[in-house]
Amino acid sequence: MAEEKKNAEEKTSSFKKLLSSNLTWSVVAFIVLIIICTIFDHGFLSLKWNTNTGGLAGPLITMIQESARYLMIATGMTLVISTAGIDLSVGSTMAVAGAVAMQMLIGGSNVWVAILCALLVGLLIGCVNGALVSILGLQPFITTLIMMLAGRGLAKVITSGQNADASSIAGIAPLRWMANGFIVGIPANFIIAIIIVAIVGLLARKTAMGMMIESVGINPEASRMTGIKPRRILFMVYAISGLLAAVAGLFATASVMRVDVVKTGQDLEMYAILAVVIGGTSLLGGKFSLLGSAFGAIIIAMIRKTIITLGVDAAATPAFFAVVVIIVCVMQAPKVHNLSAEMKRKRALKAQSKAVAA
Amino acid sequence: MTDKKPIVVMKGITIEFPGVKALDNVDLSLYPGEVHALMGENGAGKSTMIKALTGVYKINAGSITVEGKPQLFKGTLDAQNAGIATVYQEVNLCTNLSIGENVMLGHEVRDKIGMINWKKTHAKAAGFLAEMGLGSLDTHAPLSSISIAMQQLVAIARSMVIDAKVLILDEPTSSLDANEVEELFAIIRKVRDSGVAILFVSHFLDQVYQISDKMTVLRNGKFIKEVVTKDTPRDELIGMMIGKSAEELSQIGTKKTRREPEPGEKPIASVHDFGKKGSINPVDMDIYKGQIVGFAGLLGSGRTELARLFFGADKADSGSFTFNGHKLTVADPSTALRNKIAYSTENRRDEGIIGDLTVRENILIALQATRGMFRPIPKKEADEVVDKYIKELNVRPADPNRLIKNLSGGNQQKVLIARWLATNPELLILDEPTRGIDIGAKAEIQQVVIDLAGQGIGVIFISSELDEVVRLSDDIEVLKDRHKIKEIENDDTVSQETIVQTIANTNVNSGKEE
Repeated sequence: MAEEKKNAEEKTSSFKKLLSSNLTWSVVAFIVLIIICTIFDHGFLSLKWNTNTGGLAGPLITMIQESARYLMIATGMTLVISTAGIDLSVGSTMAVAGAVAMQMLIGGSNVWVAILCALLVGLLIGCVNGALVSILGLQPFITTLIMMLAGRGLAKVITSGQNADASSIAGIAPLRWMANGFIVGIPANFIIAIIIVAIVGLLARKTAMGMMIESVGINPEASRMTGIKPRRILFMVYAISGLLAAVAGLFATASVMRVDVVKTGQDLEMYAILAVVIGGTSLLGGKFSLLGSAFGAIIIAMIRKTIITLGVDAAATPAFFAVVVIIVCVMQAPKVHNLSAEMKRKRALKAQSKAVAA
Repeated sequence: MTDKKPIVVMKGITIEFPGVKALDNVDLSLYPGEVHALMGENGAGKSTMIKALTGVYKINAGSITVEGKPQLFKGTLDAQNAGIATVYQEVNLCTNLSIGENVMLGHEVRDKIGMINWKKTHAKAAGFLAEMGLGSLDTHAPLSSISIAMQQLVAIARSMVIDAKVLILDEPTSSLDANEVEELFAIIRKVRDSGVAILFVSHFLDQVYQISDKMTVLRNGKFIKEVVTKDTPRDELIGMMIGKSAEELSQIGTKKTRREPEPGEKPIASVHDFGKKGSINPVDMDIYKGQIVGFAGLLGSGRTELARLFFGADKADSGSFTFNGHKLTVADPSTALRNKIAYSTENRRDEGIIGDLTVRENILIALQATRGMFRPIPKKEADEVVDKYIKELNVRPADPNRLIKNLSGGNQQKVLIARWLATNPELLILDEPTRGIDIGAKAEIQQVVIDLAGQGIGVIFISSELDEVVRLSDDIEVLKDRHKIKEIENDDTVSQETIVQTIANTNVNSGKEE
């Protein structure tokens, strides 16, 4: 009997754990969104083989194609936020990297050189952020806000204010494939993104990188006293964030082979922050979850897909987006989970006061 | 006394954390006009009990009644509204606000349209402060401009403003010197006589006996007994606290025999003219292998400042540091650790623990930092290190995966010592390793210090408690007003009194005894 009771207790505690995990609620939200979409569009889950592209086709496929860029910036953002910082410049960095790649292709350079330069420029922007935050000790919010504004300007300078279009240039197949191609039927950009997330994840958890980043986010002074160099850690996370934003910029521009200096990466820093929060990493820094952020990124893409599937009016999409994000966050809030226990306790108290009164 | 009605009755309080009962069916009653001491070792549940009463933790079972009304605190505000005020170990006021603003925060004097009348607010604050004998304070001065001791008194004044019925003092004396303690006690007695119930928590037995009327003893989260202070001998109290008899405790007190450096032996660390402007005046000293060097001096004498220079936490701007025969410039803690110098801070919360990491991570992090980020410690080696130190230092609970912030102060301290030992230091600096720690853990840590020296580690031992310094040290460096004033070879003729006399009678500027 006692054993049975113990088993039952264990079951409820593991169930409670499951309920309190952000990941669980991300999955629930994802499934609910799919159900809603399927109700509106019965073909939502259908997958067809497209012989032209050599890959699967369908609403879900375009969704994960779009999620690749969110995966990139959310991964970088997770590391930055873990150090109690923030990187508002990722959207602009995407535009700069895209502008560099497109402008170089138009200028006749080799596609691989263009890709490499775009990545280097992203890394450089990240390093500038990192240097300002770590060496000069500027506030991350201000530093990256300035970089966000400066980045847009830089993108315009690179393309001389035009929306550079490289779609008619020859020899751009590898870059096009990065955004639109398929590997065994699955979008290449999604697979590349997952591989990069996995590499960052392995670096974070199989080396001491993750622990040191968290340590600096939790208590920088105590970290310094353990021999960690908090400045190096800060510099590193912003550099990584810049580099990953450049990858996202390539995904975003290569799909149409065109950079829009105003719209490429616009608002995406917010999406990245939302993905991180949905993933369960606190904006106050400390413990982070890359897996959570990855799910967060996919949810963001799914919400955007839902908007299109439901045919929400263009003017109303930001509001719709906001409402869904709030619902997801509310589902995750520990207070909501404790609601029933709270009510039980309140009833008990009332009974108690009545007893005392009597 | 029996005709009085209790203000607070806590009955059958149980608080569970995942996998552990922090409190198990504990009772506590507080009466007006009484000082009640909550006694127990680290981890006995004192802090948890306080947090239950102040609304920080929710209770899983039991009841809290304040003035006859059952209460269910959902947060600290509920508890405050019920008239429960707390002064914590680390003062939790706003140091950047003025003294007056701190005293009146949330209770400022307002005019008809709801604007704050600062003049009247400060006047009222001054009134409260004067009532407690603090009339000399300028209410416009920032809180940070007065000593921690005074800040604590201001915090108590604040509890009067909110018209508290219960005042909780959690380790209020841990950073005060003897005079400040007297001042604090005078004020506690005033507050007590005005009919407030006071709950007092301290590790200093003398103080508990001096100020308290009753005591409630906890052990391992369980209620042991409520006793009247003046009827309870100390050894009986200690026995109740640690669950051991008084005889078993007596062996802690013996003085260690002095280790003399061999003729011709070279010191492991040697500094010459070593100092930093505005922080510690230049110092000369040697430390030998296996020697314990005590730093004695009052708070603010420069003990910690000197120790921080050895570790590179602050950078020395004069003199030289020879370590193992090599000249060394310790620019930062990272350099110090790679050269096998470790420093355990006196400021456990801000510079020591990394709260949201596990015990395991907290032990391994310094060793990992010396190896660099991308050379992780192999899992097997890491497990061995963690297991070894958790066992050797008797960390409780012995669960490496628990977050360090959920451990009691003494056990956090043990984890931090484990962290430094894991780096295999040749010079280990322990700054107040036994502060805020109960007798049992204190004795354990003292034994660890002696064992480490026995293994050939050079130890710098810093403590405010002179008896500890005298018992453990081979040499004692006496500091006063940021100068090293004397080096004492700690043989059998040296006692606490010797050091007190040295501090009292030495003129800092001439360096001579007056």
